[in-house]
Amino acid sequence: MKLETRRVRPGLWRIERRTAPTAGVAALVPLVSILLALLLGALLLLLAGQNPLVVYGAMLNGAFGSLNGVAETIVKTIPLSLAALGVGIAFRMLLWNIGAEGQLYFGAIAATGLALYVMPWAPTVVLLPMMVLAGFVGGALWGLIPGALRAFLNVNEIITSLMLNYVAILFSEYLVHGPWRNPQGLGFPGTRTLPDSAWLPRLSPTRVHLGLLLAVIAAGVLFVILRRTWWGYEIRVIGENQRAARYAGINIPRNMLLVMAVSGGLAGIAGMSEVAGIAHQLQRSLSPGYGYTAIIVAWLAKLNPWSTLMVAFLFAGLLVGGDQLQISMGLPAAIAPMLQGTILFFLLGGEVLSRYRLTKVRRGPTPDLNPAQR
Amino acid sequence: MNAVELTSVTKRFGSVVANDNVTFAAQVGEVHALLGENGAGKSTLMSVLAGLYRPDAGTIAVNGAVQHFRSPRDAIAQGIGMVYQHFMLVDSLTVAENAMLGQAGHGVRLHTAPVERELAELGQRYGLAVDPRARIWQLSVGEQQRVEILRLLYRGAKVLVFDEPTAVLTPQEAAGLIGTLRDMAADGLCIIFISHKLDEVLAVADRITVLRHGRTVTTVERRATNRHELARLMVGRELMGVVADQPQAVAGDAGVVNLEVRGLSAEGDKGVRALQGVELQVRSGEILGIAGVAGNGQRELAEVITGLRRATSGEVRIGGQDTTRCSPREIVAAGVAHIPEDRNGTGLIPSLDLQDNLILKHYRQQPLARGLFLNGAAIGNFADRLLSKYNVAAPSRAAKARLLSGGNQQKLLLARELSGQPRLIVAVHPTRGVDVGATEAIHHLLLAQRSRGAAVLLISEDLDELLALSDRIAVLYEGKVMDTVPARGADVGYLGLLMAGGAQSGAADHGRPMDTGGIINQDVAH
Amino acid sequence: MLVISVLAAAIGAGTAILFACLGEILCERAGILNLGVEGMMLSGALAGFATTYGTGNPWLGALAALAAGGLLSLIHALLTISLNANQVVSGLALTLFGGGLTAFLGQPLVGLPAPASFGKLPIPGLAAIPVLGPILFRQDALTYLSYALVPLLWYWIYRTRPGLYLRAVGESPATVDAMGLSVQRLRYIYVVLGGMLAGLGGAAISLASNPGWTENMTAGRGWIAIALVIFATWNPTRAAVGAYLFGGVEALQFRLQGAGTSISPFFLNMLPYLFTIIVLVLATRETVRRRIAAPAALGLPYFREERS
Repeated sequence: MKLETRRVRPGLWRIERRTAPTAGVAALVPLVSILLALLLGALLLLLAGQNPLVVYGAMLNGAFGSLNGVAETIVKTIPLSLAALGVGIAFRMLLWNIGAEGQLYFGAIAATGLALYVMPWAPTVVLLPMMVLAGFVGGALWGLIPGALRAFLNVNEIITSLMLNYVAILFSEYLVHGPWRNPQGLGFPGTRTLPDSAWLPRLSPTRVHLGLLLAVIAAGVLFVILRRTWWGYEIRVIGENQRAARYAGINIPRNMLLVMAVSGGLAGIAGMSEVAGIAHQLQRSLSPGYGYTAIIVAWLAKLNPWSTLMVAFLFAGLLVGGDQLQISMGLPAAIAPMLQGTILFFLLGGEVLSRYRLTKVRRGPTPDLNPAQR
Repeated sequence: MNAVELTSVTKRFGSVVANDNVTFAAQVGEVHALLGENGAGKSTLMSVLAGLYRPDAGTIAVNGAVQHFRSPRDAIAQGIGMVYQHFMLVDSLTVAENAMLGQAGHGVRLHTAPVERELAELGQRYGLAVDPRARIWQLSVGEQQRVEILRLLYRGAKVLVFDEPTAVLTPQEAAGLIGTLRDMAADGLCIIFISHKLDEVLAVADRITVLRHGRTVTTVERRATNRHELARLMVGRELMGVVADQPQAVAGDAGVVNLEVRGLSAEGDKGVRALQGVELQVRSGEILGIAGVAGNGQRELAEVITGLRRATSGEVRIGGQDTTRCSPREIVAAGVAHIPEDRNGTGLIPSLDLQDNLILKHYRQQPLARGLFLNGAAIGNFADRLLSKYNVAAPSRAAKARLLSGGNQQKLLLARELSGQPRLIVAVHPTRGVDVGATEAIHHLLLAQRSRGAAVLLISEDLDELLALSDRIAVLYEGKVMDTVPARGADVGYLGLLMAGGAQSGAADHGRPMDTGGIINQDVAH
Repeated sequence: MLVISVLAAAIGAGTAILFACLGEILCERAGILNLGVEGMMLSGALAGFATTYGTGNPWLGALAALAAGGLLSLIHALLTISLNANQVVSGLALTLFGGGLTAFLGQPLVGLPAPASFGKLPIPGLAAIPVLGPILFRQDALTYLSYALVPLLWYWIYRTRPGLYLRAVGESPATVDAMGLSVQRLRYIYVVLGGMLAGLGGAAISLASNPGWTENMTAGRGWIAIALVIFATWNPTRAAVGAYLFGGVEALQFRLQGAGTSISPFFLNMLPYLFTIIVLVLATRETVRRRIAAPAALGLPYFREERS
């Protein structure tokens, strides 16, 4: 009697599908994938002739080794988490909004325009909330373009939202080189500095600003919406099964518009907070790709608002560490996005593997036929 | 001589044992039926034979030699082919191109002409005519099935496995297929016929192997058994029949018209006319059965009535109110329950928990929602109440829906749909793929709704089910209602003729001398 | 004369997009969506330039570009085909990874002059044909290669047996599986081939149309190629039309900038991206109207040993 034995060796161990990953495994996967990504990164660094321990050490030290390092990490956590929260809510509905970068820029443009040209006279208590609103609206409108094209014409939102990133960045460059250019800018492309009333208060002596509160509030509001309201339920149903959503009478186009508006709006607030909290003007390269990193952050956080804040903090550390490398060792800061991509790869692979487990086969189905398994 | 022999085959999916130590053998030149109810493990066993699944234990022998199938390629090479329940055809390709898929060693260039010729010849020989140049999507379901069979013959299959092949055919087509299968067996092929229908098994088979709960019960000679014995072997207890004949419509003609469909036309997904001038009326306390071969507009009819598809012309009135242009939500609010054809893809969200599935149609209503917020406690009570009222076997309301068996999933769906005391129930294949116990429960639920005064539109491909439950039966063919007849005393032969598009408008003439199963019985004495 | 030179430049500029688009067509025909085209093009561009810089031979550079694109796509293949990971996210990861990796590894090469590249190579005889000659036959070797590739792929997809399998696996992997073909093997082959072509597309920039290396030098052309697949309705010949259309927009944009128009260069630079959106909207409407669908199984993982 020969047994079917090709799958795994003589039936002692086999790979089985889990019905659901256990909580422990689910938490372990992101950690392990980060570790593996760092290992692979180390390999690449070795190939590039660098000592990975020294490089990682410098990054870690730069990001978390000093009060100022931690503060800078928090500074970058703010836009990263806001954009990632936005990306996350869209992903939850399987709307692949990868236009957070452009939406961030449009939020920044709207907020800057408001503070410089519409109501520069307003006191802080009025101006700042209005700027948050402007940032939200700017980002929301930019997000609504791919949202509407998808909802009404079924145009692939991945490509349109990405193309609009290029358009938004070029438009902001046009503004800072052209009509909004600061005449006293000494050749640096950028707008005039915002009035003091438009500056988000800082926790001196660091650059950590009130935008942090915006990010925490946004996470809290999203959490409540997703878990406690019927709108969150609708988003969940649409994300899991669009046909069932239609069958249940859920208005899918309207939800697509709403979600893309919120998604873009959150990225827009990220742009506003960069302008009002850090740059105090609209300038070139306002964002070092926060909108793209946000995609990884959102996925790594499993689209959960609170985890998003945590993961954003870690990734902000990666960015600060990368910058630090450039300053102290003359290495390209691009090591950060490279590591991010690698982490995402391992996460994707790990997520799938966590749904399987290796189990020992207890006994053969018919012991008398399977002496080999005893 | 045994063409194929499966010995002690065990196949598990996760913790579910689909086949437990099953032994099965079929001979050259016979039609061997594999009988068992839904979920008994018939399809799994044959997928093992076809190389699609690898058994966890056990052997496969072809013509006496043990074989190890790593993929369907190996099984095909040994002359084993399967006609799957869901046809394995590529819609956008032609018949000939489908036949050429995976054919080994014929060069790089695509030469379709010789294949087309050979397919035409084979079609002639077995009475399976179909245009080899047609694209699959242009063919009817019956023709697609012929393509599947022709492909196997073209590829030189000696053992042909048919998985519930009559489910998609009219009674006449089914009788024709049974004749073809007998011819093929007489030509020296080995035919394995999977079914859960006693009559057709008795009509087609030489020998019958019965499976129950994944195990072999026994193998019997056709000559040495009867319907009664087979039923007992299959279910493990006396079969009640599909719910004994029920008292006819409570209200009869006097009931209020809950659903009225007038001159309704609509397009299908491919842009072709799917419904043409459909006229229907369903009264309170009445079950109207819709019979027809798959793909004749049943799905579109259900979708238009429930607001999921736009009508191109005509009118739908529910409880007297014109709902033709209403959104799905408005139609739900008008008191319409919908049990869709595609349970896991439309009716339920398998990845969400039972509670979330149960509130799918009610989540914005008091007390489940208060303003924008969901009321967790009320939702929990609501879910628990429904789960116990409808006897859904589930560990808890927080379990994922995909973990339930087919029957329990369907009960979950019914629990949600019937909980709103609907005035109209649109049920599409409500018992497809569920076991006998759940089928009985579902039939009783539908009959109870009728007694309560609901109007039921029951769409099914199972004529027995329609005959047992309906008050009247309408036959849909190419999107048109061919005729509507009272279910009591309805003639299966006449219904079959209508399903095939014949006897159009001969409304009064349904006195052809064929009783239930008659056409099939004629073939029994082979 | 101006028109001819713009058209000639359009073809030169369109070649990179064409290679990438052809690659993505193969990949999507097999049922796998690969949004990593931008990353694979960048890796091809860098590998091509670096190899040429080291060896002085652009052909070796082109080979390296093929290898780099193929290698990157192998990651995507592994994740999506063997591990059933989400194809959208995996493709995005590939683009982000490719961008970061090339920026990191390519740092020392930024701004270096190319020691050799694919120069214009007029074909004797054909180049002398009026109008068509200067447009079509005074191009570089990679462009000529792309001319050959379009009919070749068309023939492969529609007129050969392996092409039949390719069309089938993207439409109904279950059928292909039941017919004894390996879904996984087919998909691996075409995903990697697609990646190689994307890599070659990158090299067509760094070794031909724009010799040299700068960070993110593909500037969204990978995404444009993905959008063009829909415009092309997964057909190689239509891909050529689309790619040259975009090459034309690019050529026109440089022409206008050179001619000193009053339009801000920032707006001119937006043209290809805006044009992509417009083309995508029109193409989507067209496919809806004519009921041309993407390969039915596109983006869906295939597993056999599991019951629905």
